[in-house]
Formats: sequence, C-alpha cells, structure tokens
Amino acid sequence: MVTVLVPGPLRGEVGGASRLTVEAAGSVGAVLDALAVSWPRLARRIRDERGELRRYVNVYVDGEDCRHTGGVAAPVADGAEVRVLPSVAGG
Amino acid sequence: MTTLLAIGTAKGLFLATSDGGRSGWEVSGPHFPMTGVYAVAVDARPGAPRLLAGMTSSHFGPSVATSDDLGASWDEPEQAPVAFPADTGATLGRVWQLVPAGPDEPGVVWAGTEPSALFRSTDGGRSFTLVRSLWDHPHREQWGAGFGGQAVHTVLPHPRDPQRIVVAMSTGGVYRSEDAGASWLPGNTGIRAYFLPDEWPEFGQCVHKVARDAGNPERLYAQNHHGVYRSDDDGRTWTSIAAGLPSDFGFPMVAHPSRPGTVWTFPLIADAQRFPVDHRCRVFRSADAGGKWEPLSVGLPEQPFYPSVLRDAMCAGEGGGVYFGTRSGEVYASRDDGDSWSPVAAHLPDVLCVRAAEI
Repeated sequence: MVTVLVPGPLRGEVGGASRLTVEAAGSVGAVLDALAVSWPRLARRIRDERGELRRYVNVYVDGEDCRHTGGVAAPVADGAEVRVLPSVAGG
Repeated sequence: MTTLLAIGTAKGLFLATSDGGRSGWEVSGPHFPMTGVYAVAVDARPGAPRLLAGMTSSHFGPSVATSDDLGASWDEPEQAPVAFPADTGATLGRVWQLVPAGPDEPGVVWAGTEPSALFRSTDGGRSFTLVRSLWDHPHREQWGAGFGGQAVHTVLPHPRDPQRIVVAMSTGGVYRSEDAGASWLPGNTGIRAYFLPDEWPEFGQCVHKVARDAGNPERLYAQNHHGVYRSDDDGRTWTSIAAGLPSDFGFPMVAHPSRPGTVWTFPLIADAQRFPVDHRCRVFRSADAGGKWEPLSVGLPEQPFYPSVLRDAMCAGEGGGVYFGTRSGEVYASRDDGDSWSPVAAHLPDVLCVRAAEI
C-alpha cells in the first residue's frame, strides 16, 4: 500500500482529498496505473497517453524526485509516500 | 434571442452574453482558469445548444469539456476525450479546432489537433477517434511545424455533402476528402510557398486559416503565410485575391454565415513585422469574394495599435454580427457586418479564439 499526496490544483478530481492510498507498489508507473483505475482523470493530468510524466508535473518518492531515479520506472517500496507536485512553470 | 460570444484566451474561457441589440455585454469567467483555450465551439444544431471547449494546461495537459447549460457547469469525461492510440507513438499537444458537422450528421464533431491530426466524435464531442486515413497519409512525415506548432487548425465540413471535408494545417497546407474522410488529397494548386526552394509545391504551404462561403460552399477563402486566395472548386485550385489589401499577411479569414461573397480579415504588415498595417486597428472586408476590399474601423481604437488578431480570434454570426479579439485582450463586436464596432470586453488575457451563436 502506498500513500499518494495530491496537490491542491488536482484535488477537485478526487473529491477534495489531499491524500489517497492505493494497493500498489514496485514503481511509480505501477502506482500511477493503480491510480488510473479509480481516478482516470487525475491520472491523465499526471501522465500523457504514452504513460510519460507530463513535462511540468513532478513526482517525488519519499522526497526523491523520481526523474532522478528512473522516471516512471523509479522504484516505490510498499509503504512509501508518493507526492505529486506541479513544477514552477507558466507565466 | 441572446447572443453568446465564447472567448478563448491564454488563461481561460470567458463567456459574453448580450440580449436584443447587442448594445451591452455581460462577461463571465474565467472558466478553466490558467488553461489556454485554443478551441471553442457552440453546437447550435437541433436540441439543446452545447458548448465545447478545448483547453490546455501547461502543467496537466490538454482536454475537451462540454456544457449543456451555456457554461453554468462543465462536464469533462474521465477518459481523455482526444488521445492518440498507443501504436501511433504520438501524444496530444492541444486541440486547435472543434467543429460540429452539418445538420445531416447529428452528434458528429470534428477536432483538429497538434500534432497534425483529425479526430471525429459521434457523441457530440464527448469522445473522439483518430481519423487514420489522414494520420497515415504518406505526406505526413514531410509536414512541418510553424512557430505555433504543427497542427490541423482548420476543419471545414461541407454543409450539404457529408462526404466532403476540407482541413488545413500549418505547415502542410490544404487537404480534401470526397469520401467522408476515407482518403485525402492535397489541395494547394496556386498557393505559393515563398519560404521553400520550390515555391509551388504540391503540399507544404503554410496556410493560416481557410473559410468556406456559406452561401456557395464550393468557394473557399484562405489567408496564408503571405498570400490571400480564393478557390471556386472546393479547394482544388486557388487564385490570389490579395489585390486591394494593404498586406497579404495575417491570420484570420472569416466568411459570412449566409451571404455569399462576404469575407473579413485582419492584415498585418508582414511575416517579420507582425503589427497591424500602419499600426491601425482595421478589419478589411470584401463583399465580392475578394474582388475589392475596404477597411473598417468605425468604433475601433484610433491611437497607434500594435496587437495582432490570431487565426481563430475572429468570427461571424447571424444578424450582422462580426467579432474579434486581440492579443492585448480586447474584444470588439459589430452588429452591422463590420461597418461599426463597439467593445465587448477589455483587459482579458491574450485572445486565442472567439465563436458566436444566437441562442
């Protein structure tokens, strides 16, 4: 089981929840796949149709930016905390 | 009747409404704040009017939403309404165009996208399917990207013949289908591509916008990346109608919704000088299919004017309605085919598109 922290702009997709729990682990991709089963609209805000993280969305696994540890293949241990954060972008 | 003017901007959708004579406007929004709304449509076919908006968040990607209560609420499907199938290896950049088909095809809505592709919906814009025949076109690998990206930005179903549809893309040019989208041929004969070694290629032109003459649907008008053209054979061949315009550069091209031969555009100085000609805010109109052009500026700003009008930021509606928005966030309306203008809204984000309907 993994805890997913949902950023403010996306909480409207999950009834206002700031954290979700999903029965998945292994990799960021596996966690996001599980997320997509229950909350597909939330999931497609985070990844495109090829399954890649959107350019200006960051995912941290226990505080580590997953782009530095394998991207969607980055390992996620059972009990980990996965935090989704929009990056600083836009004007 | 109420006039609804949907205004897509770089930071959301605004909805302007006006009763009666369009003398005053109420503006709501932004809907979808902090998204670029590049495409908006008002599906006014029989049944309740439906608004469609194609928005792109720089963080969370593109999507399409619909409203059946004139924007009071919006519905966005759980599954992505427009998405490339996995085998294409492509990802949706944004939806550039949403166009309801003709009255003979209820529920059919076309979407033009970046990267250049055409999608078709049969459920009123809730879900779309890639039109494989255009995606698989052998020319596709040679289609280029303009500064705004590579996109199908124009979709023109024929109002009376569902077999015929015209699309236009930058860069790539005009493509035509006569079999409901099963196959496509380029339709660029006569359109110059000054930026290519071969200035008269079969395809590769940078068409900025194409409009279909509602009263004579075989007739099309095109504003190109330098060059203004008319086709009298449904896009097979084109002839210049730039004479009489102060410049052949610009982005919008709008045809009157019912009167044959009347079109509007907003000329800019040149590719390298993307300001209104003479730094004056002027719309140009032809009432004879491009034979003669006249400037229209009554009611528009008289001081030096620098913003441009983007390809979808001008439209025409019923009852003499003509509308345009600028990159400086000003929106103007005419109720006499452009003879005079009055402001609808000001100080909005950059206006990307406008569409009007009487509801």
